[in-house]
Amino acid sequence: MEKEKRSRTRLVPLPSRALVPDRDAARDPVLECINLGITLGGIKAVEDFNFTVGRTEIAGLIGPNGAGKTTVFNLLTKVYQPTTGTILLNGRDTHGMNTMQVNKAGIARTFQNIRLFKNLSVADNVKAAMNNDMRYNMLNAILRTPAYRREEIAAHRRALKLLSIFDMQDIADVRAGSLPYGAQRRLEIVRALATNPSLLLLDEPAAGMNPSETAELMDSIRKVHEMFQIAIVLIEHDMSLVMNICEGICVLNFGHIIAKGTPDDIQSNPAVIEAYLGRNREAK
Amino acid sequence: MRRLINLKRVEARRIYLTYFVVIAAYVICQTMSSTKMMSSSMRGMLVPICAYMVMAVSLNLVVGISGELSLGHAGFMSVGAFSGVATAILLQNLLPFAPVRLAIAMISGAVFAALAGFLIGIPVLRLKGDYLAIVTLAFGEIIKSILNNFYLGVDSAGLHFSMLSDTTRLLPGGQLIIRGPMGISRIMKIATFPAGFILVMIALAIVFNLVNSRFGRGFMAIRDDRIAAESIGLDVTKFKLTAFVMSAALAGAAGCLFSLNYSTIVANKFDFNTSILILVFVVLGGQGNMLGSIIAAAALTILPEKLREFSDYRMLLYAVILIMTMLITNNDNIKAFFQNILPGSKAKFQKEESDA
Amino acid sequence: MVFLNFFISGISLGSIYAIIALGYTMVYGIAKMLNFAHGDVIMVGAYVCFYAVARYELPPVLGVLIAMLLCTFLGIIVERLAYKPLRQAPSLAVLITAIGVSYFLQNAALLLWSSNPKVFPSIIGRGAYKLFDGALSVSHVTVLTIVTCLLIMIVLSLFINKTRLGKAMRACSEDKSAAQLMGINVNATISLTFAIGSGLAAVAGALLCSAYPTLMPTTGSLPGIKAFTAAVFGGIGSIPGAFLGGLMLGVIEIFAKAYISSQLSDAVVFAVLIIVLLVKPAGLLGKQVTEKV
Repeated sequence: MEKEKRSRTRLVPLPSRALVPDRDAARDPVLECINLGITLGGIKAVEDFNFTVGRTEIAGLIGPNGAGKTTVFNLLTKVYQPTTGTILLNGRDTHGMNTMQVNKAGIARTFQNIRLFKNLSVADNVKAAMNNDMRYNMLNAILRTPAYRREEIAAHRRALKLLSIFDMQDIADVRAGSLPYGAQRRLEIVRALATNPSLLLLDEPAAGMNPSETAELMDSIRKVHEMFQIAIVLIEHDMSLVMNICEGICVLNFGHIIAKGTPDDIQSNPAVIEAYLGRNREAK
Repeated sequence: MRRLINLKRVEARRIYLTYFVVIAAYVICQTMSSTKMMSSSMRGMLVPICAYMVMAVSLNLVVGISGELSLGHAGFMSVGAFSGVATAILLQNLLPFAPVRLAIAMISGAVFAALAGFLIGIPVLRLKGDYLAIVTLAFGEIIKSILNNFYLGVDSAGLHFSMLSDTTRLLPGGQLIIRGPMGISRIMKIATFPAGFILVMIALAIVFNLVNSRFGRGFMAIRDDRIAAESIGLDVTKFKLTAFVMSAALAGAAGCLFSLNYSTIVANKFDFNTSILILVFVVLGGQGNMLGSIIAAAALTILPEKLREFSDYRMLLYAVILIMTMLITNNDNIKAFFQNILPGSKAKFQKEESDA
Repeated sequence: MVFLNFFISGISLGSIYAIIALGYTMVYGIAKMLNFAHGDVIMVGAYVCFYAVARYELPPVLGVLIAMLLCTFLGIIVERLAYKPLRQAPSLAVLITAIGVSYFLQNAALLLWSSNPKVFPSIIGRGAYKLFDGALSVSHVTVLTIVTCLLIMIVLSLFINKTRLGKAMRACSEDKSAAQLMGINVNATISLTFAIGSGLAAVAGALLCSAYPTLMPTTGSLPGIKAFTAAVFGGIGSIPGAFLGGLMLGVIEIFAKAYISSQLSDAVVFAVLIIVLLVKPAGLLGKQVTEKV
């Protein structure tokens, strides 16, 4: 009985903001950046950033430390307002939007230095992200009306189902801040997914993970990609992860794109080797 | 493996314990009071204690749950007090049945305080931390100044009000209700202990139910990490404002209850020191811990009375107790001690965090 | 001419606020705490000065010096006993402790010196300079206050910017652990900050009570809150900001009293503060800190 109910819980409540017409699902770009740039403290942190992500693409954003990768994420999510250029999300200009509105329009992200709601339970972290799908008002909450109960139960089921992607459903009632590091990173991804994004930005998802954890994470990202059919952009220093998982890769150095292409292109690109991979090889 | 604590169970237990403690305390006090086992000075403090409990719970919603420091909570209490008492006086002839009049007065106090909270919240909630603290302090003082210079009268032609000096020019038979710095006098004391108890229970129910809803999750998410909260699409301003207005409304009702227990009220009663007093309840009881707030409110209201035998030294002693409590509760060695004797306590939580 | 008169008394009142605000802002800059007991140190300083001058008939300069010395000690002791154990504690706990200290000082003063208001003796006489054929009269106290404030401001700026100790203070306010790694004695620096702030409070107490000669155990609290407002107004943590904020607050208060309403002057002062903070959320000269993501 309980199981049956659970299976009827939809991961993405319909109609979803992530839902797109079937035509050219793979080709139609979800994100287009045109001449994107920002000046921070007199320094052009990112300049002439032209980048397109397909509807169901997994793209990688790599580059040495300080290349401006996280700044690009901050521009996309409007933590910083770009000084130049345009961001089109599903063909819509995000000019003038703030972080919250960009999320409602379909971008969700994780953070390089984990930003969980530490004092909330794991399930509440996920349910907090479902706020915009919930309709009940304050009076319903105070009086615990049937509308409140119905939506809360549905949200809880959906949270558990999302958590089960990463096998975290059994620790749903644990305080998020007390989780081990890897679990906190995974929870951030689940929380981002709970907002029904059409584009998921992962900022160094494998940072601090050991090889077996990274391999597990790779499987999970693939699983998410398959289940939700969304675009994913990830910043990562772990080359095995990037080269294995990404269809397209964009390399940044000093705020400029120095190469774009498939993993094979990038691996053989002399500019990239010089700026980034080369140095890595020497170190090894 | 580290033992992970089931937060949901811990929280549920704490909520039931809170309700239980409040009901038990009410039953005991009511019995003692009706069997004359309680001194008359204690009896006179029952309603103010209830009012302070509601104040502490409502401020805890802002300080503990939403994580915003407010130093002007007494301002909302005074708005609620003046509007509520004025309502009670206006309804005196219309509604001879006191409990109904009390209820309507408290609702009126809550509505006016919520309105004040809304007007203040819109501009100030964009500020953070200590800046928000100083602006709430400033608003508390502004409310006090305005109420100190506010005159409200009623006559057969309706309500009249004026600022700075009494220019209401009431018709014969009219009554001046609020007299500027003199406040309101000759109030009928209709606040009762059962009413106070009910208000405490309502405040607790509202806060607990809000916390366990999408609103509470929003408040706490913003408190824990504002940027992450924005990134998942939470409207930070709206959530903060919601918590602030709700808190102001509860404070308004509490202010009304408090004032209807005295024959005279003046705006200076609700000054910066009162705001601080309520903040002390919240901090001593633990941020986000409603039971703690309630116990701290009761204990710190009774304490100065109990210290009366030290006469002149009582406030000095009160200050020393306050400082010592802060030093002791923040001492690492003592924290570790409590952690060992109270398994599953909050101290344990914090230990785990530092492990992680 | 009336306008100029108000302006000068505003500057004079503002100078007192500025001296108090300097103490607030220095302590905030280095210890990141709102020291609500600061206003009561003013009161202690004023009482000490009162007893030295009125009872023991010492020369006023000596009285002020004794007050400064005692307040400096008081500041250091309070810091050591009440605030130092809470260095790692949440800021709210420190705030409540500061309030506890404030209650303590007020009630200790009440026991020691009773609640009867004392009439403060003038430390430099009640005379006044007459300018423009007597149309403009500036009292000696006013001149002394403004000069003292300017002097303190100059000396303090030189100290902070030119000396080793000043550099240590700036380093501690930027990053305490990094300062410690550079061999700066952080505890001593914090004590020094409290000492300077409290010493300044004593001066402010003497000046405040010379201008408004009623002395009570609660004398310090309202000027304390207003000076705190002034510090935030100018951008808390910034020394020129405290100076500017103090002066502006004094001028606004006097003008509000003169031209709007004496009963509502406090409300006007606080309203201006709110407007300034809404336009410049970190105060007039404060640095806006952006959060790193």
